[in-house]
Amino acid sequence: MARATKKTAPTKAAAKKRAPAKKAAAATNGTGDASGMHISDQLAIEITSMNKWYGDFHVLRDINLTVYEGERIVICGPSGSGKSTLIRCINRLEEHQRGSIVVDGIELTNDLKKIDEIRREVGMCFQHFNLFPHLTVMENCTLAPIWVRKTPKAEAQEIAMKYLERVKIPEQADKYPGQLSGGQQQRVAIARSLCMNPKIMLFDEPTSALDPEMIKEVLEVMVDLAQSGMTMLCVTHEMGFARQVANRVIFMDQGQIIEQNAPEEFFSNPKSDRTKLFLSQILH
Amino acid sequence: MASDRAIEAYVRTEMVPEEAPPASTSGVIGWVRQNLFPNWWNAILTVVGLYLIYLVAASLIKFAFIDAVWTGTDGSYCRHDNNRGKVPQGEPIGACWAYVKAKFGQFMYGFYPEMARWRVNLTYVLGIALLVPFAIPSVPYKLWNAILLFGVYPIVAGILLSGGSFGLELVETTQWGGLLLTLVIGITGIVASLPLGILFALGRRSKMPIVRLVSVIFIEFWRGVPLITVLFMSSVMLPLFLPEGVTIDKIVRPLIGVALFSTAYMAEVIRGGLQAIPKGQYEGAMALGLSYWKMMGLIVLPQALKLVIPGIVNTFIGLFKDTALVSIIGLSDLLGIVQTSFADANWASPTQSATAYLFLAVVYWVFCFGMSRYSVFMEELLHTGHKR
Repeated sequence: MARATKKTAPTKAAAKKRAPAKKAAAATNGTGDASGMHISDQLAIEITSMNKWYGDFHVLRDINLTVYEGERIVICGPSGSGKSTLIRCINRLEEHQRGSIVVDGIELTNDLKKIDEIRREVGMCFQHFNLFPHLTVMENCTLAPIWVRKTPKAEAQEIAMKYLERVKIPEQADKYPGQLSGGQQQRVAIARSLCMNPKIMLFDEPTSALDPEMIKEVLEVMVDLAQSGMTMLCVTHEMGFARQVANRVIFMDQGQIIEQNAPEEFFSNPKSDRTKLFLSQILH
Repeated sequence: MASDRAIEAYVRTEMVPEEAPPASTSGVIGWVRQNLFPNWWNAILTVVGLYLIYLVAASLIKFAFIDAVWTGTDGSYCRHDNNRGKVPQGEPIGACWAYVKAKFGQFMYGFYPEMARWRVNLTYVLGIALLVPFAIPSVPYKLWNAILLFGVYPIVAGILLSGGSFGLELVETTQWGGLLLTLVIGITGIVASLPLGILFALGRRSKMPIVRLVSVIFIEFWRGVPLITVLFMSSVMLPLFLPEGVTIDKIVRPLIGVALFSTAYMAEVIRGGLQAIPKGQYEGAMALGLSYWKMMGLIVLPQALKLVIPGIVNTFIGLFKDTALVSIIGLSDLLGIVQTSFADANWASPTQSATAYLFLAVVYWVFCFGMSRYSVFMEELLHTGHKR
């Protein structure tokens, strides 16, 4: 008996949480964003009562999160709150132990084929770029399309050039990552992910390792991407970015989602004390 | 009272142009002054060092060139005992190069029939013709080159060297010897140990417990046994375990032993490289949807192998020199054949063995130094990571 109730409880919680999320999404849509950021009714990611442990440490606790196609979600929170772990679970760089994650209609299990299938549709940018230093910028961008998607080389290069132009560094195509600045490297990393034509983009603190002068150029690319209708989940502390493009802000602490809301509401009228404290620390 | 002091505002109006460094720190004189004679103590060390170099080099040059005997038909040209020798009494005797010249064919080919030595030479020519373009990065068709070099060439070389088919006279492997045998064992060991080493290195880092266990046992077994034991086991004990009538070639046995032995070392060298690759590289590759083998083959191994080129070449060189141990189990490799030739009383002379060993050292050194230089060249070529 006890088991049964335990099982149903999270789904209820999930249902409860889903409703305001949708409302929040509708709210931003309602304000009539001119840039054509459209949120569809199609589910992109559905996380249900997901839990994760590192050994004995309970890093993620009862995470329920539904993301619709075209949503731009900013996840913030103090360090160690599990926000990076959460988005790394979405493309299985980290394994969750309980609950379910469904990405683009595919549930994440130990099935390697399905994991690869999801990773093909989900792009990711890392704090430290993780470009391949032994390959040129062009080779970095064409590697996955050629070897994973079996795109012909010439076509892959054409696509890569298109995205390098979009991130405004086509002239660096033949250089090695080590010859570029941090901001340029992160833009290459974004282009590299886009070359796989992903449906969802994950950003794991993309500007945290950058010099102050280079943050803007990366954020501009991310704003441009958001305006093109990409589904995005960004772990970031760039609150200006959150205000500008996010339709939902999620605040996490101690492995849990504490609060989520539309950005205007989130910043002007935080509900939880923990959120208020956090915002007072980072917004001066 | 510091707080009362007014702050002088400063704005740079002209940028300082780039200038050449002072002459005393650059150029040959600058280098000599900075590195050889920076102070009295180092100046003394430099002088003492130069003197020691002079002592060694002078006696070596005297032995190998000035007092050397270049021509002769037997050992008497290189000795002066009992008035039978050709060297006048009281004159020093240097290297007996005439002896090396006379035995050169044997040193190179062992007891390979003289009539069939062209086959060995052809094998060398083919090998070089395939290896040189493969080793020069700018030459195209690398894939075909590799297929020819590693797929077709070993078969062709095997047919050419052992014969017995295509109208070629059969040459037993027991007749192979000298540099030929050293190269056969050394190169086969090198070519086999690199891919096998990669597999065992990956196996030892695998998440699959059985694969990991097998790799660990293999590596620790071969690393824990001296090579000479492996060679004795392969030549003396292995035949006892085989069923009657089954024999493994006398050369193939130590060859496998040497290859597996260096595989274990290679695996550990490569594992070191794999461990130096940051986790982010694996994650970057996985996030793009690359499978395990593609991630390893395209992202991790190219970087890991580049990092451990010095270690890999170290193992190659060690392996090449260790082939000299097969002379102990009775094979006439370069060292074995040279020692065998000492028995030829016709060429007995006081400097016979010193000359032969000097020659041996030079041959080994040329091959090892060649490998070493090529590895330096590759390192510089592949150094893309931090180049600005």
